[in-house]
Amino acid sequence: MIQSRLQRQLSDPFRKKINRAPSPLIAIVVPWLTIMLGSLSPTWPVVASAPLLPPLGFLVLLAWRQLRPGVLPVWAGLPLGLFDDLYSGQPLGSAVLLWSIALIALEIIELRFPWRNFFLDWLVAAGLILVYLPTAMGLAMGRMPSPVVLAPQLLFSVFAYPLVGRLVALFDRLRLVRFRALG
Amino acid sequence: MAPPSNRRSGFSRRAQYTTFFGYLAAGLGALVGGGLLIASLTDSSRFSGVRSAATDVTAPVAKAAAASRAEGSGLFSAIAGYFTSGKENADLRREVALARVKLVEAQAVAEETKRLKDLLGLARQDPKPVAVALMFGSSSPSTRRFATISAGRDQGVAIGMPVRSPLGLVGRVLEVGDSTSRVLLITDTESIVPVRRASDGIPAFTTGRADGTLQLRLISLGINPLKRGDVVVTSGSGGLYHPGTAVAVVDRLLPDGAIARVLSDPAATEYVTVEPIWSQMATPAGTAGTTPGTSASASPAPVNPATGSTAR
Repeated sequence: MIQSRLQRQLSDPFRKKINRAPSPLIAIVVPWLTIMLGSLSPTWPVVASAPLLPPLGFLVLLAWRQLRPGVLPVWAGLPLGLFDDLYSGQPLGSAVLLWSIALIALEIIELRFPWRNFFLDWLVAAGLILVYLPTAMGLAMGRMPSPVVLAPQLLFSVFAYPLVGRLVALFDRLRLVRFRALG
Repeated sequence: MAPPSNRRSGFSRRAQYTTFFGYLAAGLGALVGGGLLIASLTDSSRFSGVRSAATDVTAPVAKAAAASRAEGSGLFSAIAGYFTSGKENADLRREVALARVKLVEAQAVAEETKRLKDLLGLARQDPKPVAVALMFGSSSPSTRRFATISAGRDQGVAIGMPVRSPLGLVGRVLEVGDSTSRVLLITDTESIVPVRRASDGIPAFTTGRADGTLQLRLISLGINPLKRGDVVVTSGSGGLYHPGTAVAVVDRLLPDGAIARVLSDPAATEYVTVEPIWSQMATPAGTAGTTPGTSASASPAPVNPATGSTAR
């Protein structure tokens, strides 16, 4: 009985303990790092002849913003978008512009619908992806892309969003692990 | 989910200012993004230095990951071969695919030698590769088709050089960093490659469609002579690509050309060779400053060898 309680205490790093606290540095830095990691997906060893992978940086940004509304400032689109542009192959500035607009749009949507559930979050994210991907493609190609090119990546991105959300939730739990010794 | 309570600024003047300046910064960020976008759309090479520097930074990690990709795909093909008819079968298939392309290229070369008999002064030389490089990444989430290779200015790579794999043409170098370069794949919508049919030299040019296929447009209008399964090779017009490099196979016919499948699928390509620009190599050799391919084919697209086939 005593042993099992001890084990439970050791196996759950999130429960409140005396003289242990989460590190504020990690709590702030983890969202930014995970979004930048998502932006680095073009350097992953996947060489494709057609656009297929979802824009992971953008999806992670949306997931963090919807899961933890206070954790990213409204202006986070500027630095994070700039980093994404360095690796995405898009003309520089497209992610800065589109991510900033997306964050402002999410802010307005949050004012309009303060009480949200999972499906509304997904719907909002799907709407943003449906606008973001064709616009980014249009900016890169100089004209509207054909639906044949667009559709697979669009579908893939919309259905990948809940998965990315779960991943972000996992990172959110890790972010708040109490490992810093107090006193 | 409940609305976050800490976002209401209340009567605190400081909190109100923080919220206000946050919105202001967000709006300014969007404006800065728009400005950067206009700047990079008007001159595409403006920020290429920053981008290649960023790619140089991540190259070591990406290269290590690419090595594991090669092993992983090898494992999968071995398993697949076991389930169909053994690993030898998979190996033989790969060899036959290579041999088929080599055969078509040899046919093209033979046909070209026949055409060149009257130009006796021209010494023919095979391109000596500038560098052999690992292709370790591509702009997979973006519509533009770029790939990154592990050779750069230090290895002698310059802008405009054609990049090929054993199976055929991959693309050409667009931006050069110190140890990496960015390659414009032939499937990109801005990439134009002058080609001819391998069997009889009907001139055409291909443009990418960004979905892994190429659009083949004929130079001379009239009855479409193309057939399904025709192989097209580079013609050398414009002086950028070495003539006789396999490019694509005709897949579906259109009234003014065809849709063609790329022979050297970038997703299955691991090592690529960077070749010198064809016109710079051919000029000292003979009197014909223009390339041999132009003798039969009208030059399909005015190409500047220094900057590449088109403006981005």
